[in-house]
Amino acid sequence: MTSIQAVQSQIAESSAEAVVASALQKAHADTHNTFLNIMEHSALERARQVDRGDIIGPLAGVPFAVKDNFLTHEVPTTAASNFLEDFVSPLQATAVKKLEAQGAICIGKVNLDAFAHGGSTENSAFGVTKNAVDETRVAGGSSGGSAVAVALDIVPFALGTDTGGSIRQPASFNGVVGLKPTYGAVSRYGVVAMASGTDTIGVLSSTVGDAELLMTFLSGQDARDMTTLPDFFSLDEQNNGKKLGVIKEFMGEGVDEQVRARIEAAVEQYKTLGYDVEEVSLPLLKYAIAIYYTVIPAEISSNLARYDGVRYGTQKGKDGSLTDVYELSRHAGFVQENKRRIIIGNYVLSSGFFDAYYQKAQKARTLLINEFTTLFAEYDALLGPVSPSPAFTIGESVDDPLEVYLRDVMTVPASLAGLPALSVPVGATDSGLPVGLQIIGARKSDAKILAIAREIEGKNE
Amino acid sequence: MATQEQLQKYDMTIGIECHVQLATRTKLFSTANNDAREVTPNSNITPVDYGLPGMLPVLNWEAVRLAVRAGRALGSEIAMHSHFDRKHYFYPDLPKGYQTTQMYEPIIGAGLVAVPLDDGTTVEVRIHHAHMEEDAGKLTHFDGYSLVDLNRAGTPLIEIVSEPDIHSAAAARAYATELYRLMTYAGVTRGDLYHGNMRFDVNISVALKGAATLGTRAEVKNLNSFRSIERAAEYEFKRQVALLERGEPVLQETRGWSDDTQVTTSQRSKEDAQDYRYMPDPDIPPIVLTADDITLMQADFPKLPSEYRQSWGDLELDSSVIATILDHQPVARLLDAIVAQHGTGNLVRRAFNWFASVQAEDIDTAALESGLVDSHRVAELSKMVEDNKLSSTSAKDVFLSLFDELYKGKTAEEIALEKNLLQVSDEGAIAAVVDEVLADPASTKAIEDIRSGNDKAIGYLVGQIMKKSKGKANPSLAQKLVREKL
Repeated sequence: MTSIQAVQSQIAESSAEAVVASALQKAHADTHNTFLNIMEHSALERARQVDRGDIIGPLAGVPFAVKDNFLTHEVPTTAASNFLEDFVSPLQATAVKKLEAQGAICIGKVNLDAFAHGGSTENSAFGVTKNAVDETRVAGGSSGGSAVAVALDIVPFALGTDTGGSIRQPASFNGVVGLKPTYGAVSRYGVVAMASGTDTIGVLSSTVGDAELLMTFLSGQDARDMTTLPDFFSLDEQNNGKKLGVIKEFMGEGVDEQVRARIEAAVEQYKTLGYDVEEVSLPLLKYAIAIYYTVIPAEISSNLARYDGVRYGTQKGKDGSLTDVYELSRHAGFVQENKRRIIIGNYVLSSGFFDAYYQKAQKARTLLINEFTTLFAEYDALLGPVSPSPAFTIGESVDDPLEVYLRDVMTVPASLAGLPALSVPVGATDSGLPVGLQIIGARKSDAKILAIAREIEGKNE
Repeated sequence: MATQEQLQKYDMTIGIECHVQLATRTKLFSTANNDAREVTPNSNITPVDYGLPGMLPVLNWEAVRLAVRAGRALGSEIAMHSHFDRKHYFYPDLPKGYQTTQMYEPIIGAGLVAVPLDDGTTVEVRIHHAHMEEDAGKLTHFDGYSLVDLNRAGTPLIEIVSEPDIHSAAAARAYATELYRLMTYAGVTRGDLYHGNMRFDVNISVALKGAATLGTRAEVKNLNSFRSIERAAEYEFKRQVALLERGEPVLQETRGWSDDTQVTTSQRSKEDAQDYRYMPDPDIPPIVLTADDITLMQADFPKLPSEYRQSWGDLELDSSVIATILDHQPVARLLDAIVAQHGTGNLVRRAFNWFASVQAEDIDTAALESGLVDSHRVAELSKMVEDNKLSSTSAKDVFLSLFDELYKGKTAEEIALEKNLLQVSDEGAIAAVVDEVLADPASTKAIEDIRSGNDKAIGYLVGQIMKKSKGKANPSLAQKLVREKL
């Protein structure tokens, strides 16, 4: 992998055009099914503008990839769905615009689970993305393409989205850094919504330092997204803290032995570095999956209601009735996992069940948030694995959705609480599969967890 | 249909939901122009309005301010904490697949509207609540296809939900009229009924007089005139009584009213009712207001119709005159200024009657708002009648001239002078006209009648004198002279 700084040196030695052309060439040659659409024309044109000095900025000429649920110009924004296969957006996502404003060059759109529903990219309408280390295994997801594009050194960084672990888990599976910022730190404007209340925009990069740098550009209040927080992210007076908690519930039964061993080794390193590390417990974590898979499908069913075949995207049944248009367009446009979540969502919101499911889940969520808040009064950050296992084999559990949902148990708690959380590589299993350490911080402590991650970065390889 | 006798056995109960389009510059959640009158379909839209993927709502605070003002007009408490919910259903006029509304925590709480009826009594209608929501687009149906216009999609609305406190078709019309006055006085809507700025859904049920429970209700949707509300309620009363008298049930359903056929027809039964799957909208943070915010938003609040009625109580005017005056807020404001200065005597009453007698559409509110017509000039004019300087006929003429650009900046007296309308109270001058009229052979019969004791005929002679003097003769002086001469 190459850091942003290293890419900048390459640009200085050759040219932005040469660096971008090389990235494009690698994207075309990729055999992992990472890219869905490559922005050949605009990327090279922008690179030439950088070389002419028409585009300047701290990221001038640095290529990056974008998960295909961010709206961009030139190529379709598919959300890896048949519904949006040919949908070209008239405008760009705030996050993409902000990076371009710094001179960075988007070279293409990368794969994900359709509408970001899933943790493997196996739900993509355009095929699974293979793991960067082992092609028989999944890339993870839903930001699988983003993680693999960085891990394969096609680009130094990529944008992703994380609703329940979709940045952290693929980062962990492919051995890259993945940051899910505090909910509201980065504008969601122009990103195809999954679940509005937990959707976050973040980065996957080769180093923690790059994630920090990118956050200085990406974060900030956006008048187009009412849920963005007043600017808070700053690297000035970055505080590492000194007290860490290891989440007991994440280290017990069901966790792969080798994953646990890597995490325990990382914990020992923190102790060596002078941190005070203790075991902590969040008893309500056992309800996190139940809460998540009640609240999130509800929001998904709502956010996907606009895909009706009337105004854009796939339209089927045009010669039939209005109901035909709705049913046939949605049937063709959504993959099975989309439909499953829509059905669950409609169920928990339906008359008579709203109080019993949705409202109750929201109450439980508040209690879980309170547990986190109590812990953060004492601890600077919480540690644990990102996923109970390393990357699993392609096709292994596509027929067992419940098992797939249970794999999210370690990532959904921070999502439900709106907390910043990241995955930093801490070595690999005996067979070479990467393992990530998850660091969860208090709300708005994004800079702090990055500083803590930087302490052990590269020391476990 | 039911007979009079049958109808008398039943009571009608009505509750009304009223949608008011707020007169904001932009839409509730987007920067699109909110005035979609007479513009090309689908031109007042942004990607937010047509539900492009990735778009997010941004709440228009002007809409919140207007809602908070509407709440004051309804006599309601304003919620310090309210939020938006999503109401889901599929229809081509609903681009996001849900309508953003306030199901669980509306911004406007319970209120009360005192509704004056034609007979001079008042009915109090309780407001259950009013909530903010976005309007849907509009479909136009053709043979085999329909077209969607999203210009209206996202227009801010408040929906005012009444309690079932209305018990006659006339009261339903009066309530709707009073709501119209309240909302236009408060300045929250353009009040253009033709363009659907206010639309009413009327829930009607009937039950035997004295029955402990209400009957099953039918909802007549989307009425946009006061007359259609009254007619539809009358029709439903008869229809439902006829059903019950035949031993058939009234179905809970949505019905539509046709102005052409003057009947309601079934549109959707309760069995087809949708499950809207309401959910708090996670894209829009709650609206949190402090007492100071509310005070600021309700500052410079205009006087409301009920307050005018109270100030004008001593004028002893016909309720229809008051109602006509109150239909035009600028007129009410102007007359109220005259009341404030001149009390409640004839001078003021005359001014009210002038305005009321001018057909509603003849009143040039622009002339009022531009200051062309001000309370001082109207009061001066009325005083001239009191002082016998103008006949009431001439005064009406001058009154209308006040609205004319031609007489801009002139006092009532100057206009009267210019139009040669000043009343002649000089006995000598009038006596000459009296003599002329009495000498006219056409007057012979009247003169004989008077002499034989039929005093009414004097009216004819005075009328002739007025005519000959072009309305300038003081009629009481003319009458006195006629009597003397006969």
